[in-house]
Amino acid sequence: MNVIEVENLSKHFGKFKAVDDISFNVSRGEIFGFLGANGAGKTTAMRMLCGLSLPTLGEARVAGFDLYKDAEQIKRNIGYMSQRFSLYDDLSIRENIRFYGGIYGLTNKQIKAKTESMLHHLNLEEEANKMVKSLPLGWKQKLAFSVSLLHDPQIVFLDEPTGGVDPITRREFWTMIYEASDKGTTVFVTTHYMDEAEYCSRVSIMVDGKIDALGTPLELKEKFDSPNMGDVFLKLARKAKRGDN
Amino acid sequence: MFILFGMPIVQILIFGFALTNEVKDSRIAILDESKDEASEAIIHRLESSLYFDIEKNITQPQLVDAFREGTIKLAVVFPQKFSEQLEHTNAASIQLIADATDPNVATTLVNYASAIIYDSQNDLKGFKELPFKINTEMRMLYNPQMKGSYNFVPGVMAMVLMLVCAMMTSISIVKEKEMGTMEIILVSPIVPMRVIIAKMVPYFILSAVNIASILLLSVFVLDVPIHGSLLFLISECLLFTLTVLALGLFISTISGSQQVAMLISLMGLFLPTIMFSGFMFPIENMPVPLQVISNVVPAKWFYYIVKNVMIKGLGFQFVWKETLVLSGMMLFLMAVSIKKFKVRLE
Amino acid sequence: MKAVSANSIKKIFNVEKSTVTALQGLSFDVEQGELFGVIGPDGAGKTTLFRILTTLMLAQEGSAQVDGFDVVKDFKEIRKRIGYMPGRFSLYQDLTVEENLSFFATLFNTSISANYDLVKDIYEHIEPFKYRRAGALSGGMKQKLALCCALIHRPTVLFLDEPTTGVDAVSRQEFWELLKNLQKQGITILVSTPYMDEASLCNRVALLQEGKLLDIDSPEGIIKKFKKPLWAIRSTKMFRLLQDLKKMDNVESCFPFGQEHHVTFKEVLNISSLEKELTALGHRDLKMNQIQATIEDSFMELMK
Repeated sequence: MNVIEVENLSKHFGKFKAVDDISFNVSRGEIFGFLGANGAGKTTAMRMLCGLSLPTLGEARVAGFDLYKDAEQIKRNIGYMSQRFSLYDDLSIRENIRFYGGIYGLTNKQIKAKTESMLHHLNLEEEANKMVKSLPLGWKQKLAFSVSLLHDPQIVFLDEPTGGVDPITRREFWTMIYEASDKGTTVFVTTHYMDEAEYCSRVSIMVDGKIDALGTPLELKEKFDSPNMGDVFLKLARKAKRGDN
Repeated sequence: MFILFGMPIVQILIFGFALTNEVKDSRIAILDESKDEASEAIIHRLESSLYFDIEKNITQPQLVDAFREGTIKLAVVFPQKFSEQLEHTNAASIQLIADATDPNVATTLVNYASAIIYDSQNDLKGFKELPFKINTEMRMLYNPQMKGSYNFVPGVMAMVLMLVCAMMTSISIVKEKEMGTMEIILVSPIVPMRVIIAKMVPYFILSAVNIASILLLSVFVLDVPIHGSLLFLISECLLFTLTVLALGLFISTISGSQQVAMLISLMGLFLPTIMFSGFMFPIENMPVPLQVISNVVPAKWFYYIVKNVMIKGLGFQFVWKETLVLSGMMLFLMAVSIKKFKVRLE
Repeated sequence: MKAVSANSIKKIFNVEKSTVTALQGLSFDVEQGELFGVIGPDGAGKTTLFRILTTLMLAQEGSAQVDGFDVVKDFKEIRKRIGYMPGRFSLYQDLTVEENLSFFATLFNTSISANYDLVKDIYEHIEPFKYRRAGALSGGMKQKLALCCALIHRPTVLFLDEPTTGVDAVSRQEFWELLKNLQKQGITILVSTPYMDEASLCNRVALLQEGKLLDIDSPEGIIKKFKKPLWAIRSTKMFRLLQDLKKMDNVESCFPFGQEHHVTFKEVLNISSLEKELTALGHRDLKMNQIQATIEDSFMELMK
């Protein structure tokens, strides 16, 4: 079953084609890596899929809802986490969970139950009343990810989620992603870091607004005769005409 | 938090009690050239009023000095043979001389005094049956046309310099901290003194331009004359500019972000300038603690100097004390901020 | 003379009543002309270390010399000699590319033309945009401009604090190539990064974790110290595989590594029995290979 269906989607800003006719499907429980250099159109495409901006052309359905008609329904059925922003630094862990629970319309009872199970799962019970800013970065990321799953969304969008943490914490984070995907949540990840791409079930690489490659990391490595995803990416992104300026 | 909740309370208290336009216990002088029954009676009346604090037995030359030094705001002058004139002509006149550099205060004082004098006519009826009349002649010193601009030009000057120099300097330095450019500048061989001077020069020039334009506008558009020496006035302005630049520098050393610098500049400088410089609210009428506080506001001293030099036309001998205070403040702030200006982060 | 030498540097910060030890007594040397990497996650103390070495901060304990000068006593001398590129973009956003460069040249009492040969290769990348405001440049371009500005006075030691963070893969690779060229011109370079894969591009690396040095060596040297046999295991159900492996008694550590899990064992591995065991648990398409450790494997091993 596909939870994201994208057909010939385009977004133009005047003459500039930020996203130029992309098509792909993401099925339930997949970890989908969405890669591209700066300016390739990743962010624009992701914004459209989150219902934050309307496409210029093309069709797309996210979580079964039409991008044009049911943007509000889409927002209810997706979670979002980015490394730059997610949690409020000067609220406690408990308050953050409550806040987001409230935003997504959970009842007090649900929030309470969720809070306890989440704190238990993350082993944060003792820190529950501490300000988020006092937590190490790795814990913040794990907490932010859990919070983005608070309302049991069908899809969770992760915008460059794991920069800068130590390798063990990073793996704990990916284990959480695996776990979510195992439970049937679709995970849509954008990242600059190609070693992260290796964790994904499938990867797409955007160059100049178009999807230039799409497949499992293994397939792509074979196709481009590369030892790792970094090399695949460089081979593709090097030919970008617009990109970095 | 304190700012959000504390500000309204502080402001209400300050505006409610301390800052009143009302005149109370104003020092006035009486020059009684007749010293007879009628004048004594009127003086007695004036004395018993709450509004005035009376300085009697002053001589003509002393009166002139007192006005110059600003120790008195109003003088009541009884002509010679006041009673005699009243008896013989049924009319006499009293001269009211007011310091009109602040026209509002002058008007209020003159009105109070006239009212009291008018009332005292009843007391005098006792010794003369016939109806008679005491005229009051008003003389507005320094500002005969009672123009408000005489008062606010010096005030605006203080405010503009405060805004341009202190706020902009502090913000421009803090901005470098925020942007991270300070980090690179510190790692370069440039000495801190040069960074400070480089930050100050543009605002110093800007302020000089501002001073010039304010003076030109006030002379040619608002008809506020410059009675004192122009050169002296300008050098006083530049002294004040340096003082506020030093203040700005000081703020930049204690604040970490542009918002904080802005807030400190507004709350800590701009408001006190308006409230305690004496240009909106007469300092003499404030409770003593606030009068003491007003002494640390550089604008108070500057306002006093400009008023005296520009409007009253006084020279250095009359404002040397204030000039000394300003120079002291300037040197102190410069020294502290240069010392606090860090050659390292943290 | 060492280009940089640090002797038991200790730095403690006071943060809202509590104290945080950022650096717990670091000692290391950097040779002249070396490309030296300081590798560690956010919060490991990389930036603090660089700030101490660039004379921007004082350490509570220990001493350090850069180019033979003491970072506390001779900070003025050091400031003349080093180039420093802070972690976040720290140029004047409202000045153009060219204005920024000439500003920094003036700051160091030199001119662009005097040292143009050094920055030429880098500046050529950004020259087409020299009249553009620095704030309007893309991430990769900003990094290159910042590098030019840090180089304009021909420093002997160059400190680059996380120059590749937030920069895309193409720009990152270009940036490392530029660093290699600078190294050829005799400049000692210290570069910090949270990305383990960049370790292999340095001559030597210091692995930093919570203010402590885990190891200092060449990338090959660090990998060689990983003595245990390391296995890469793959199946169709990666999450289940991870859980199942972690439950096994013989498994010492198991970490997801992209498409595979990297596993070490307590006792010598009997591959066929493990394969049987996993197949019995429902795993299909099992692939097991003994592999060479990466810097990341070593880092995690050292973190324990």
